Amino acid sequence: MWTVWTVWMVWMVCLVPTTSEALCTEDDGYKVRLSIKTALGGDAYEWNESEMFFFKATLAFAMRTYSGGEQYDVSNILVCDETLRVSFVFVVTKPSNTSELVPRTEVENAIKKSRHRINSAFLLTDQTLDFVGINPTLAAPIQYDTPPWLIAFGVVMGLVCAGIVALLVSTFLNKKRSKKSADEEEAGRGNGILCESIRGKDGLFNQGLVDDDRLTKL
Amino acid sequence: MSEKTDVPGSVKGAELSRAPDEAAKAEERPKWDNKVQYLLTCIGFAVGLGNVWRFPYLCQVYGGGAFLIPYLIALVFEGLPLLHMELAIGQRLRTGSIGVWTSISPYLSGVGVASMTVSFLVGLFYNTILAWVLWYFFHSFQNPLPWQSCPVNANRTGHVEECQKSTAVNYFWYRDTLNITPNIEVSGDLQWWLVVCLASAWCIVYICFIRGIETIGKAVYVTATFPYLVLTIFLIRALTLPGATIGLRHLFTPNWETLKNPTVWLDAATQIFFSLSLAFGGLIAFSSYNPQKNNCERDALIVGCINSATSIYASIPIFSILGFKALSNYNDCLNGNIQLLMNTFNIADGNITEENYEKWLRHLNSTDPNQVAELDLKTCDLQALLDQSASGTGLAFIVFTEAVIKMPGSQVWAVLFFIMLFSLGLSSMFGNMEGVLTPLLDLHLVPKCIPKEIFTGLICVVSFIVALIFTLGSGNYWLEIFNNYVGSLPLLVIAFFEITAVSYIYGATRFSDDVEWMTGRRPNLYWQVTWRVISPLMLLVVFLAYVVVQAQEKPTYEAWNPDYVRNSNTFIQEQTNLPTFSPLTPNVADQQRLVVCLEFFSFPGRHHITAKTSKSSHTEAWIPIFIKYKGEIQKKAASVSTAYVDIFLY
Repeated sequence: MWTVWTVWMVWMVCLVPTTSEALCTEDDGYKVRLSIKTALGGDAYEWNESEMFFFKATLAFAMRTYSGGEQYDVSNILVCDETLRVSFVFVVTKPSNTSELVPRTEVENAIKKSRHRINSAFLLTDQTLDFVGINPTLAAPIQYDTPPWLIAFGVVMGLVCAGIVALLVSTFLNKKRSKKSADEEEAGRGNGILCESIRGKDGLFNQGLVDDDRLTKL
Repeated sequence: MSEKTDVPGSVKGAELSRAPDEAAKAEERPKWDNKVQYLLTCIGFAVGLGNVWRFPYLCQVYGGGAFLIPYLIALVFEGLPLLHMELAIGQRLRTGSIGVWTSISPYLSGVGVASMTVSFLVGLFYNTILAWVLWYFFHSFQNPLPWQSCPVNANRTGHVEECQKSTAVNYFWYRDTLNITPNIEVSGDLQWWLVVCLASAWCIVYICFIRGIETIGKAVYVTATFPYLVLTIFLIRALTLPGATIGLRHLFTPNWETLKNPTVWLDAATQIFFSLSLAFGGLIAFSSYNPQKNNCERDALIVGCINSATSIYASIPIFSILGFKALSNYNDCLNGNIQLLMNTFNIADGNITEENYEKWLRHLNSTDPNQVAELDLKTCDLQALLDQSASGTGLAFIVFTEAVIKMPGSQVWAVLFFIMLFSLGLSSMFGNMEGVLTPLLDLHLVPKCIPKEIFTGLICVVSFIVALIFTLGSGNYWLEIFNNYVGSLPLLVIAFFEITAVSYIYGATRFSDDVEWMTGRRPNLYWQVTWRVISPLMLLVVFLAYVVVQAQEKPTYEAWNPDYVRNSNTFIQEQTNLPTFSPLTPNVADQQRLVVCLEFFSFPGRHHITAKTSKSSHTEAWIPIFIKYKGEIQKKAASVSTAYVDIFLY
């Protein structure tokens, strides 16, 4: 009995890795490429086992979020074909049955939903953390209430129109004023004497008509 | 104000009798507030968009430093004498272009009318270019800049198709701005946003032009000096960008071989001529508001030299930035290839860099040539990228905008650049409008009851209405026609008649006496020889050469046509009806690759054109072709180039 159990255990231990290897293919899963040095330059971190563990945990998190609480664990994420590029293939097994794979489309949707969180966890972007086959959703175009160019246009045109109106008004005012003063000048001359200069007086004292006989009158 | 100057007799005697008359009339005629205003206005008129986007291009195409030699020779023997002549004759006779030429001989009044007409027509399309500049200026206040990335399509799965096939910058120019039609025969509608921008451009011109030189004189303090400030800022910024030295070296490396090519001399002569804005009548109008005792010789030298110096000064930041752009594109191309190599061969990220790319490529080619060949790596050629220069609107709205988005702080640079272009163009517009207004005022066609402000407003409104043609879908094609045929040949004809009229009909001796009276110094031998012999001869030669060159080629224009039908059983055989390009010797009937000799109208580089399929095919369809520039460009004429190109059909 004991030997049977030992043999079964040994067989399970040997088989599980092979079955997991058999499960992990690119057709059933997704290839991931990380370009850490391109993204971070001098601040790039080393890709090692711990980082890989973190990545599996992030993927498990993404699956949990998408499926609404199903208990995905790090052991449900199987990874293979690791290269120095830092690229590898992963598949996701169901928490209920570890020999069954989660369909590709579900994995894709889960990743799309949590893409931003996954990127931020690794300080990477859509371009430097590349899931081959999952295209990043493009950002929605920014909708403006008023397009900014109309605002700039409004400001410029407002100033220009105000300037034109001001110049035209000042021209007409100047014209009126000069016309008025010209009229007054023409109307207010008599015998070469401006009306204005005698306004308020009773008249100009005309020396030629002075009655100078108060001394000599008899 | 027609002065009878064909009265024989001594000049002095005739002048004495005219003096009181002129004194009275001088009171009526407006005048400049000070000399600085007059000089700034003339400089602003001469320094225009061409100094920024035509001269650097010519310099680069014709072997950099070597081009300066024909340019300076043309300036000395053609530009300065004509400039001095126009300023002097306007100052002496104190009328606009029609008045001046009618005074010299009534049979010459047509020259004045031609000047005025050319000024009007050039003003129409020039202001449309300013409207486009305004459009880009208004859009520079966004983050990110709208020409930075392609717009997303309706279901957010990817970018708009037309944009993906070319670049975001091209798409923004041809689709968002112009909404261009496939060719000139399809007119399209009035594009409301362009109408709005055109209206604002004309309003801005009006407010500066409203009282003639009174308001122009104030406006030029800003419009003539601001471009220099911006150019200096750009110069400082551009010289600190990576790749600036590459661009400058490319620009200024002299290639003395080009001097043997006669078209270089032709281009230099035409460039100097158009750059100084001669024969528009604007310079005559400006100088007619001067007091008669003014040193016009010094003015001409100042304006001419500053114009040329500005051209050379402007080419430095422009080409530094183009060098930066070329290096940037080259690095992008390299990085794309590096990415492909890393992904295919699973090489660790960061091992292949731009420096050791060549080494890695050789190593991989030796170990795994098949796989490398399969990758279809792009050839990244820095020289080819540098050669992708452009002139005209292509430089400003496509090449430069692409460079600006790569610079940090793009909005600031975009705003500065477009304000600079606008003020350069605005100060040139003043000359065009004065070239129309002053002759009309001098002819006393304006009744006294209409104030000048209303009359200038009327000119602006009429110009705006006629210029609406340039806001149609096919507007850019119409503008090309105007640009190439109105602003070129007629000016050469007018200038030729001007110089011969002054030298031989008015009399060069008499003219020299007049100049002596005005400046206090008799024009020296240089002026005498150039006015009498060299300039008229040069103008005649340039005119004939221009006609010969234009007549040799069929007129073509660059078209943008995104519609296509994929048809793999067709190949280009003949393009008889297509106004765009004409293959001269079609060669290989290979369906994928066709090497033809094409003529095209504008700058070398990526072109998005269409070609009609062969007559023998069952379905006639328009196929878009990307022409990748490859190989030598042989310059044939001013604006037509021949190149051997590979056409890739898809």
